Amino acid sequence: MNKIVSAKEAIAHISDGHTVAVGGFGLVGCPLLLVDALAEHSVSGLTIISNNLGEPGGKGLGKILVQNKIAKAIGSYFTSNIDAVRYVNEGRLLVELVPQGTLSERLRAGGAGIGGFYTKTSAGTLLANGKETRLINGEDYVLEFPLIPDVSLIKAKKADQLGNLVFSKTARNFNPDMARAGKITIVEAEEIVEIGELDPEQIVIPHLFVDFIVKGGNA
Amino acid sequence: MNTRQKIAIRAAKEIKNGDIVNLGIGIPTLVADYLPPDREIFLHTENGLLGVGPTPAENEVDPEIINAGKLPVTANVGASYFSSSESFGMIRGGHVDIAILGALQIAENGDIANWAIPGKDILGVGGAMDLVAGAKKVIITTQHCSKNGDAKILKSCEYPITAKGVASLLITEHAVFSFIDGKMVLEELDEEMSLEKLKDITPSEYIISSTLTSYKIN
Repeated sequence: MNKIVSAKEAIAHISDGHTVAVGGFGLVGCPLLLVDALAEHSVSGLTIISNNLGEPGGKGLGKILVQNKIAKAIGSYFTSNIDAVRYVNEGRLLVELVPQGTLSERLRAGGAGIGGFYTKTSAGTLLANGKETRLINGEDYVLEFPLIPDVSLIKAKKADQLGNLVFSKTARNFNPDMARAGKITIVEAEEIVEIGELDPEQIVIPHLFVDFIVKGGNA
Repeated sequence: MNTRQKIAIRAAKEIKNGDIVNLGIGIPTLVADYLPPDREIFLHTENGLLGVGPTPAENEVDPEIINAGKLPVTANVGASYFSSSESFGMIRGGHVDIAILGALQIAENGDIANWAIPGKDILGVGGAMDLVAGAKKVIITTQHCSKNGDAKILKSCEYPITAKGVASLLITEHAVFSFIDGKMVLEELDEEMSLEKLKDITPSEYIISSTLTSYKIN
């Protein structure tokens, strides 16, 4: 089974109104080649799950935002992109602000078939408004639900031809959680190697989570 | 030594041998410059690195090694990388000994406000809520008053809180307070600050410790 496709072929799986998770902490670990392909793809009304919405000046996901393809963003920190702040103020972008640990755990839960979980994070704050809170062992916990993206866009250091993945340093960040959660997971790999070249002990994401592999450039 | 450095030096003294420490943005970042050299300390950054090393020289920057402030750092010998969910599992699971963070406001019951200002865009929370909810010890480092002289240490927070009653220690340029059983206790006072003057700039209620000492900077 061949999972290796062009960026254009892979991104064609994204349709209007889809929820798309995009890896990265700022631009580190963000699959920029796939984001560029998304910029070339005609689509609208996307919900983006990502820690940030790129950087100002149309970098990373900032590029998709200013093309007016994003209706809603789910993430933890949007203040670093002034375009995102402007879009919210103009009523052109809905935002669901999620604490960073809750964001990653909701994705982990989505990939692991967990229907929800209770976390201490955000208990008693504005971000817990309207959410079920439960006293567990004398402390308040907030109920959070999983995130299951239609498509996840992932950046890996190396993929073998089956789709086993290894990552690089802090470019790993949200990528493994999103790779597990996506109904369709598309990986941009800096290097694609033969099956057997990756040490089974070192593989972070086993291939069953990966649907398509795109050859990316170097970081 | 400016007031920010002074606060960072005092905060560094709280770190014990073997501690796992997460440093927030601002004054907490400066703490890394004053870590006691006789102790083995492991810095954790929530974007997925345990064993954060010093800032690299410009020509030695690895673009794939950053801290949570998105600034270039290095990885020490013995460091490890991990995913975001694992990183925050470490935090919420109580495996991080100390989180040092800044604050906009702090209340006498240990409530912390450090993520949102009413009337301004509330579009960023990052990992602050997870860190204060999960770390074993939460140390707040902040200038005693805001830039325009407003009190920051209050009876109750006016800004939206980050978590309820989680502060363990508050370090400003004038004083050190602990939080014990929901009460705020003055532990250390700078020699250039009087108890009366401190009261004037600190609206919160606090008890003066029976073992009150001068501010430990040396």
